[in-house]
Order: sequence, then C-alpha cells, then structure tokens
Amino acid sequence: MNTTPQSDSVLEIRNLFIAYEPERYAVKDVSASIKRNRITAIMGPSGCGKSTLLRGMNRMHELYPNIQTKGDILLDGKSIFSMSVIELRRRVGMVFQRPNPFPNMTIYENVVAGFSLNDIRLKKNQRDEIVENALRNVALWDEVKESLFRKGTFLSGGQQQRLCVARAIAFNPDVLLLDEPTSALDPIATSKIEDLLGELKKKYTLVLVTHNMSQAARISDDSMFMYLGELVESGPTGTLFTNPKDSRTEAYLTGKFG
Amino acid sequence: MHIELTDNIKKRNRTNGRFRYLVIAGSVITVIPIFLIVGNLAVKGYRQINLAFFTQPAPDTFQAMMAASAGEVIPGGIANGLTGSLLMVLLASLFAIPLGLMTGIYIYENSTKRYARFIRSLTEILQGVPSIILGIIAYIWVVKNITRGYSALAGSVSLTIMMLPLIIRSTEETMRMIPLSIREAAFALGTPYHKMIYKILIPVSFSGLATGVLLALSRILGETAPLMLTALGSPAISFDVTRPVSAVPLLIWDFYNDPNMVSLVWSASLFLMVFVLSMNLLARSVASKHKYI
Repeated sequence: MNTTPQSDSVLEIRNLFIAYEPERYAVKDVSASIKRNRITAIMGPSGCGKSTLLRGMNRMHELYPNIQTKGDILLDGKSIFSMSVIELRRRVGMVFQRPNPFPNMTIYENVVAGFSLNDIRLKKNQRDEIVENALRNVALWDEVKESLFRKGTFLSGGQQQRLCVARAIAFNPDVLLLDEPTSALDPIATSKIEDLLGELKKKYTLVLVTHNMSQAARISDDSMFMYLGELVESGPTGTLFTNPKDSRTEAYLTGKFG
Repeated sequence: MHIELTDNIKKRNRTNGRFRYLVIAGSVITVIPIFLIVGNLAVKGYRQINLAFFTQPAPDTFQAMMAASAGEVIPGGIANGLTGSLLMVLLASLFAIPLGLMTGIYIYENSTKRYARFIRSLTEILQGVPSIILGIIAYIWVVKNITRGYSALAGSVSLTIMMLPLIIRSTEETMRMIPLSIREAAFALGTPYHKMIYKILIPVSFSGLATGVLLALSRILGETAPLMLTALGSPAISFDVTRPVSAVPLLIWDFYNDPNMVSLVWSASLFLMVFVLSMNLLARSVASKHKYI
C-alpha cells in the first residue's frame, strides 16, 4: 500500500456492456475505475444506464430475466463474475432509492440481517457490538438506542434510510453502492445522509448514482457522466464541473437537457 | 341564469337523496336473510346443544324416536362428525398448505414464464370445477384404487383439491403486494434464494398467507357433496384414515333424512355456521394483527 490513495482503484470496469434485450444495450462499452476512499458520483439523464451500471457492480442486474453482460469488472484485481454472488455482495453492499428495512424485523434485527440471512452465527456480545458500531457510524445510535427492539418501519424516512446504510455496512464491505439514496427524502434528511456519506468515505469506497447535479458537486470527489448508455466523461468532480471536455457534458451541466 | 342554476342544484340534491336511500335499502335487503338464517338456526337448534352434543356420536333412529315421542331432548350428538371433519380437514391441510404455498410462490416468482402462466390458468379452472366432480375423481383415484373402499383419506384428497386453488391464488396475490425493494434488499445482502423466501417473503406476508389458509379451511368445512362419494359417513368415532368417517355436513344430511332427528339438523347447522363464522373472524383478526405490508 505504498501507492497514493488517489491512484488506488478498488473497482476496475473494463469494456462493460449490459443489455436487457438482445442488441439493446443499457450500458455500452463503459471502462472506468472507482478509487478507494472516495465518493464517485454517476450522473446523467433518466434512462442513461447509470443505475444499471451501478447494479452491475454487485451483479444485482442479474435479477432481471434475459440479461446479457459482456466485459468485466475487477474488484481488487479479481473478476466479480468469477466470484460467488454471495461473497461479492458481502464485499460490495448496496443502498436503494427508497428506504427498505425488512418490515418483519426490529431495528436490531435489521442491522444484523446480513448475518442472519446468510446463516452466520454470532455470539450475542458480537452482535450487540456490530449493531452499536453500525448504528453509530450512521449517526442513528442516539436516536434509536432506546427502541432497538421496535420494528424498523416505525422510523422516519430519513432514519429508515440510515438504518439501511447501517445494514449494508454491518458486513464491513469494501464498496458501498448507493442508488439515488436521497431521492425519496426531504431536504433535512437529505443533508444528514450527505454528511454521513462524507464520514463514511473514510472507511469505505462509495459509488453514488444521483439525479441531482448539485448533490454530485457538493459531496463527490470523482464524477462520471453517462448519456445513452455510454460513459461520456469521467474525472475529478472539480475538473468535470468547471471544465468539461465533452460538449454533451457541458450541455447537461448547464441544463440544456436532463 | 342565476335562478336556473339554483333549480339545477335542488334537483341534483333530490336525486342524490333518493339514490342514497336506494343504496341503503339494497344493503338492508341483503343483510336481512343473514339475520333470518342465524336467528332461525339459533331458535330451533339451541335446545340440543349441550355437553353430550359434542362428546357423543349421533343417536340411532330408535333412540331418537323414543326421545322425540316422549318430547325429550334427543340423546347423542355430533362427535363422530366432528372428529371425522377434523381428521379430514387436518389431512387435507397437511397436503394442501405446503403444496399450495410452493405453487403460489413459484407462480409469483416466474410470472413471465409460460409454464407458470399455464399453471395459473389451470388453478383458475380447478377453482371452477363443481365439488361433486372432485368427489368423483377422488372416488376413482382413492376409493377404487388405494383404500379399496370409502375412506377418510379419499375425503381429504377431494378436500385437498378444493383447497389448492384457493391457497395458490391467495399466496400469489399476497406475495404480489410485497414491494420489489424488499426482495432486492435481501439479495443485496447476498441472501440465498431459499433463505429470501422463508426468512423474508413468508414472514412479511404471513398475515395474508394465514388469511388465505383460514378462508380455504372455512370453505371446505361445509363441503358435503364430495364427501358423500368418498368418506361416506360412519356412525362411530373413527380415526382410521382407511375407513369411512363421518363429517358435520354429512351428519346434517343424515339427520335430514331421518324424520326422528329433524331437530338435530338445526343444532348441527347452527354449530357448523358458528364454527365457520368464527374461522372467518379469526382470519380477519390475524390479517389485521400481523400486517407488515
């Protein structure tokens, strides 16, 4: 680990194609690298393939029937398509657009759901520790420590979303994928999540899909701009926003379409 | 202009009022028979309902005749029908609940596949098959070929076939109400498919599944026609699945055919009705208590 953090990439996407139907690509020939301990934002108009690309990174896209994938994604140098999805998803966690705590589980059970659903037996004190750490990491501990054994669905939307982040990081993943995690939240809850992401990047590598350009500008270190399935441009957020190389990026950033 | 408009509103209000009374009258007319049925059964049936009614098998004609002519309460009860019904319903549930749940989940999970759609239309057809025909089928399969005679097993097979489409449909419909995001959350944690089903899908939809099962049970509890061809009926309490057994609806039919036992028709019917009704109420309370979705 003597390389500088900036050049250390966790995920390496190589000539990735994803098609939902034969010859209709949602992601076309995307190559990019996701850098360690940074927030990478994927931007672009609706239907540009940004969510599909994100889901490709932990193979969630394979849940759709008849999906076709070409190319490769390397996680720390190893192809994710050669790993078992179970191992992959433990190392690459995911948070979704809408908060989705398991409605049949308490807050406590939700945080350790990743373990219980994978038959990983833990001692009670280990579990307690994981729950407390994960909830402290998402700044939810003080709000819920009195009600750990109530159902997670009693929380507010923003709290539920932080609970979902806690559930994803309880495994201590390398990468956390976030698919528009604030689009269903109000501005206050959104700013709490954004602060949280800034904290989390110290421990994890974050990839964030967002509709919201100002959000990308506020919190991301690197940005990728996608259009019609192609990766148009990527680079450090500051450069991409102030000095875009591609005319399509500039058009998007100045609100000409999107 | 102004006056015309007021006229119009008055007219509208009148029509509205009339329509409201019409709707209320319609619902009253619908409810009256239900109260009449329950009232009738209660008035005519309550006299026979005592401890012996639940603990003793049906009386024979002679006992009933003696009691009836002396103006006394007919001795005996419906214990043989009660145990027979419970035995067959229990067996049918053992077959139908796992099969129905699995099929329902399969159809829901593969709703785009041709085979799953085919299975779904088959269950729809099965739901429409008259129950007497299911009785004949169970007669040919089980009575003729397996138990070589009328049997509780044959009865439960016919009831199983009746329960299946009900459970399959309710399972599929309940699963459909679970947001996709819940399943995604489970998969994103690396959850294996079978774990996702029995640790997430089934617990989350538990109330819906239980409601479906309870409604299916209350449906088959009153079923008579298929049992006539399969379980036949028996005057004795029996738990042997290879032998004929009685059932509460079969007893009602027997009582009806014996002029000395007519008053037992009312009490047995009252009991069956109350039992089925309480199943329905139980289904409702389960549905509201364990609701996650």
